[in-house]
Amino acid sequence: MSAARDGERIFIKGNEAVAHGALAAGCRCYFGYPITPQNDIPELLSSLIPEAGGEFVQAESEVAAANMLLGSAACGVRAFTSSSSPGISLMQEAISYMAGSELPGVIVNMVRGGPGLGDIGPSQGDYFQAVKGGGHGDYRLFVLAPATCQEAYDHMIEAFHLAFKYRNPVMVLGDAILGQMKEPVTAWTPRLGDSLSHDDTEGAEWRLEGSANRPARLLKSLHLEEGALATHNKKLVAKYKEMEQEVRAEECLCEDAELIVAAFGSIGRIVKSTVRHLRDKGHKVGLFRPITLFPFPTARLEAMAVEGKRFLTIEHNTGQMVEDVRLAIRHHADSAFHGCMPGDLPSPDDFVHPILNVLEGK
Amino acid sequence: MAEAVIEKEAFVLPENLADRGSHYCPGCHHGIAHRLVAECLSELGLVDNTICVSSIGCSVFIYNYILMDTIEAPHGRAPAVATGVKRARKDKFVFTYQGDGDLASIGLAESVHCANRGEKISVVFVNNTVYGMTGGQMAPTTMIGQKTTTCPGGRCEDREGSPMKMAELMASLGGTAYSARVATNNMKNIVAAKKAVMKAFRCQTEGRGFGFVELLSACPTNWRMSPVAANERVEKEMIPYFPLGTYKDFE
Repeated sequence: MSAARDGERIFIKGNEAVAHGALAAGCRCYFGYPITPQNDIPELLSSLIPEAGGEFVQAESEVAAANMLLGSAACGVRAFTSSSSPGISLMQEAISYMAGSELPGVIVNMVRGGPGLGDIGPSQGDYFQAVKGGGHGDYRLFVLAPATCQEAYDHMIEAFHLAFKYRNPVMVLGDAILGQMKEPVTAWTPRLGDSLSHDDTEGAEWRLEGSANRPARLLKSLHLEEGALATHNKKLVAKYKEMEQEVRAEECLCEDAELIVAAFGSIGRIVKSTVRHLRDKGHKVGLFRPITLFPFPTARLEAMAVEGKRFLTIEHNTGQMVEDVRLAIRHHADSAFHGCMPGDLPSPDDFVHPILNVLEGK
Repeated sequence: MAEAVIEKEAFVLPENLADRGSHYCPGCHHGIAHRLVAECLSELGLVDNTICVSSIGCSVFIYNYILMDTIEAPHGRAPAVATGVKRARKDKFVFTYQGDGDLASIGLAESVHCANRGEKISVVFVNNTVYGMTGGQMAPTTMIGQKTTTCPGGRCEDREGSPMKMAELMASLGGTAYSARVATNNMKNIVAAKKAVMKAFRCQTEGRGFGFVELLSACPTNWRMSPVAANERVEKEMIPYFPLGTYKDFE
């Protein structure tokens, strides 16, 4: 496979969309270590990135891959790594350092079933890890959750933009369904001057490049002086607050819905089919699909709770995002929960009865 | 009338070495190692073009003494971070500065694979046979019989294995272009040490591959010794087990 041309309609897997999207975003370095179900990403990039004049390294471990990302990010270069659940756990040390050192990198997690070695089948079991920090210390990642191969492509372009805008690691959280499904994607490249494009000046005020004609720069996460860490962490908190302006969600048939079904990623897409099917039969249900998992679309959910809507959260885990939904609506409503087990592949039919049961107050 | 005194400056502060007091313990060799690195960078004209990867332990503060662009790496991961730096900016001079716990224990995989890939970076490895900053625990390089806070009866070969010889190990890897062991316990050895650091750096500037230099150093505080006795220990105990010399060379 060669690099996609602008406007070209390509029939690719979600994993391949991630790789093509990263290339279109101007990514120059990829570091990774094989793990199912995301191996198409390094396999594709091992030829596409060098062809584009960039660097591909198959690291000796996920630990090393994430630290290579940290090093490239410190140079102000667009770089990313991808992995799946157990591998992402190994990367958490470096991700925490990146957050602490305010370095912009992109991490893709094509989630598989867990805990432990679990299963190579799909799951959303890494929601907590993605949105609550994941590694040690008090920090957040910006988290995007694509539901289609096109979104996987688009989110990679947005992820690099957001990573540099906020000098923060960004995670694109997919799963084995998205990674392995194939559908048409329209390739596009951000035009120079667009908000999503990058130029040679990106990171020029902080990146490491040798200290010619200026004082030496230091990128670090160690703050030992009295009060220094407190000052630093307050700055991080302010940054996380600022990220809320980017909050995004898909709303489908929500306006007159009695019951809002909250679901993200691949499950959000499957639930959308269920919701449409139930609408056809006259049931007043709608889908609310958070696209930014951090920052979480809290205000919009709360507004719907104020309108008197009821809620059901459906996830491919035993109950994680439902905690954020409940936090958002807690003064006005509660959310029911339906979880499908990690490793299973649910169909729209599987969600009909869980939704109807809540709608009918059973 | 007094005769005019002609003074000759014998000791000049390298341009990239900060004029500040040291936080290291009395008798510690990090100061010597820092100076060697600073002098070599300066003499090779690399000061403005260098990215340093600092590691964990006492030496993390190298950035307070040598004025250059620096990124702080997690424990043991400096060679992986340096790989990312070098791949992103091939035109920059990149080196790591690591202690024995960092390089030979937690970061052994990163060290070995970085060398084996032949990354064009330089590694300055300070071996003082002990974990310094955390208070004197056993390192992979701790000598047999050496007492530390986690082997209070002395390191036992049966229980803890034998001290790792990193210069030899690194020399065995395909991507390593230069590997040497030197010591910083006396003037003669320091002069030789500078030559080795210089060569490990030239390894990179000349595009030869991975350059590695191990500096046998003293940690009087954690060895519970005076600085003079610590220097003697380097000579009498460390050098016989960790022989000085060049284990791989590109010339």
